[in-house]
Amino acid sequence: MSLMDKHVVLEKNSILLVLGIIIVIAIGGLVEIVPLFYLKSTIEKVEGVRPYTPLELAGRMIYIREGCYNCHSQMIRPLRDEIERYGHFSLAAESMYDHPFQWGSKRTGPDLARVGAKYSDQWHREHLANPRAVVPDSIMPGYPFLARTDLDYRHIAALVQANRLVGVPYTDEDIANAETDLVAQANPDGKDVKALQDRYAVKSAKGEMISIPVARDFSGDGKVTELTALVAYLQMLGTLVDFKIYDDKANPR
Amino acid sequence: MAKKEIDQHSGIETTGHEWDGLKELNNPLPRWWVYIFYACIVWSVGYFVLYPAWPGITGYTAGILGHSSRLEAIADVEALKTVREASAKDLVTASFDQIRAKPALMEFALANGRAAFANNCAPCHGTGATGSTGYPNLQDDDWLWGGKIDDIATTIRYGIRSTSDQTRVSQMQTFGPPPGGGDPVLKKDEIAAIADFVFSLSNPDYKAAGIDNGKKIFAENCIACHGEDAKGNQELGAPNLTDKIWLYSGTRDAIVAQVTNPRHGVMPTWDGKLDDMTIKSLALYVHDLGGGK
Ligand code: HEC
Ligand code: HEC
Ligand code: HEC
Repeated sequence: MSLMDKHVVLEKNSILLVLGIIIVIAIGGLVEIVPLFYLKSTIEKVEGVRPYTPLELAGRMIYIREGCYNCHSQMIRPLRDEIERYGHFSLAAESMYDHPFQWGSKRTGPDLARVGAKYSDQWHREHLANPRAVVPDSIMPGYPFLARTDLDYRHIAALVQANRLVGVPYTDEDIANAETDLVAQANPDGKDVKALQDRYAVKSAKGEMISIPVARDFSGDGKVTELTALVAYLQMLGTLVDFKIYDDKANPR
Repeated sequence: MAKKEIDQHSGIETTGHEWDGLKELNNPLPRWWVYIFYACIVWSVGYFVLYPAWPGITGYTAGILGHSSRLEAIADVEALKTVREASAKDLVTASFDQIRAKPALMEFALANGRAAFANNCAPCHGTGATGSTGYPNLQDDDWLWGGKIDDIATTIRYGIRSTSDQTRVSQMQTFGPPPGGGDPVLKKDEIAAIADFVFSLSNPDYKAAGIDNGKKIFAENCIACHGEDAKGNQELGAPNLTDKIWLYSGTRDAIVAQVTNPRHGVMPTWDGKLDDMTIKSLALYVHDLGGGK
């Protein structure tokens, strides 16, 4: 019996066959997945990416809860037409603090990876309450209840801590101040804004502070509702990396 | 292993499996299938050599073709830009007047502007640029911040009350009760009188007791921005209050609301998001919609 005929042994013993399949798939996993965790080139070195502030993080949870990802991706692929429409293609670094990531592939609506600062808060408020008020032929559902529902942020510190557990570099101070920070970002005139901005802004190579979180009355009514958090989140998407200074040649893929 | 058994009809060995008297023949895989399988293996070796494939300790094998989907995409975008610039070589450098003088160039700019408008501006200003409450109509000749082509280009580039540090900005103050508490600048009946006056400017038939008083209070509080004749001031983005074109609907109630607790329309900046050629095309497109000065 030649070597090639030995596979009959595998084929006739289901336990051996299952083990064989597991070993083959594990090799695929080892080669394709494991290197992404240790190769330094997986995540580009860029300036400006910072962890989400508590308010943005809370908005992200609303985004996930409402299933916005069922219709919206957050991943601009390196293809000419996508770059033309949405802007620079997404970098791995831009979602390195995302747990879970929102890349997605279903695009009933447009990609949202760079929707931040594209519209005004007022537009987002009108659009989320009733998309057809601003885009007459939109098929996106309305979310008018977000503006009426106070944000439940009792567990925000735990959420920040949970994110630290999976690798987001929040400090003890960030966790201790999570609630104050959350409220501060929705109230631009408050006294706690500076502390939030100082802690979350990052220092560029030139020594400037960049990616300073914006504090604004996102919901326009001075309250902290679910809408406040969601708009704060949408308005920062894709705004952290300054592509004027980003060097594409340094990170080919 | 069961002992070899040859099927009587075909003379081929069976696998020894039997279902209801039917036995499975142990036919080899078809040759064409096996050869394609081997060819795939050979192909993959070629692929490993040509394209990025195997991870190592500090990097990965890049492949001798130097393929990179990112760099290719960037090259595609650059190529597109080159094609565009070739068909509209002067669009970036020429002045607006020079562009107008060349019909082919102008046609290109308008087509480019129309496409960019649908993608970036239509969600707020409407597909036909006719606007809606809070989002100005760009078809008419009534301008908040100026209807000359350079004004329009500046508005588009830097936005209005936007995050750009060169944004157009002004702030109508709150005349009603301040949000933090305290005394209002104008009392309720004063605001009602002003609203009567302002409403009467564009509705000459409107009669109300408050109009004369409203005119006085208007002169004391509002002319700094809206002008003595209430025709507005484009330096400050203060709308003309004497015509029937309104940013915020223009009913008497809407006027009361704006004076009591004003809205501050925000138009985002496009500086850095859209390139010079696109912003220029957009300015020409908007200017050409009919209302350009
Ligand atoms: C049924 C699919 C669907 C769902 C669910 C959905 N959207 Fe949309 N969304 C759309 C479509 C279609 C558009 C494009 C038309 C429009 O602008 O309304 C859109 C547009 C948008 C835009 C404007 C994007 C741009 O660049 O113009 C934003 C922002 C947005 N959606 C946010 C959300 C958020 C936040 C949620 C979850 C609360 C959500 N969407 C849920 C379908 C959906
Ligand atoms: C988020 C919504 C939004 C988007 C997107 C937007 N605009 Fe505007 N735009 C506004 C608002 C609101 C105003 C009026 C601001 C004010 O109250 O003064 C305005 C004003 C303008 C004006 C000045 C009108 C005048 O009367 O002086 C021009 C010109 C203009 N927009 C062009 C554009 C173009 C071109 C684009 C696309 C590149 C665009 N806008 C995208 C909201 C938007
Ligand atoms: C500091 C300058 C300033 C002053 C003072 C001011 N306004 Fe305004 N006003 C504005 C600006 C700017 C806008 C446009 C708001 C926007 O673009 O969102 C505006 C808008 C309005 C509108 C809405 C116009 C429309 O088209 O919908 C009304 C009505 C109005 N003002 C009335 C008044 C009255 C009455 C007073 C005096 C009590 C007054 N304003 C004082 C700057 C001013």
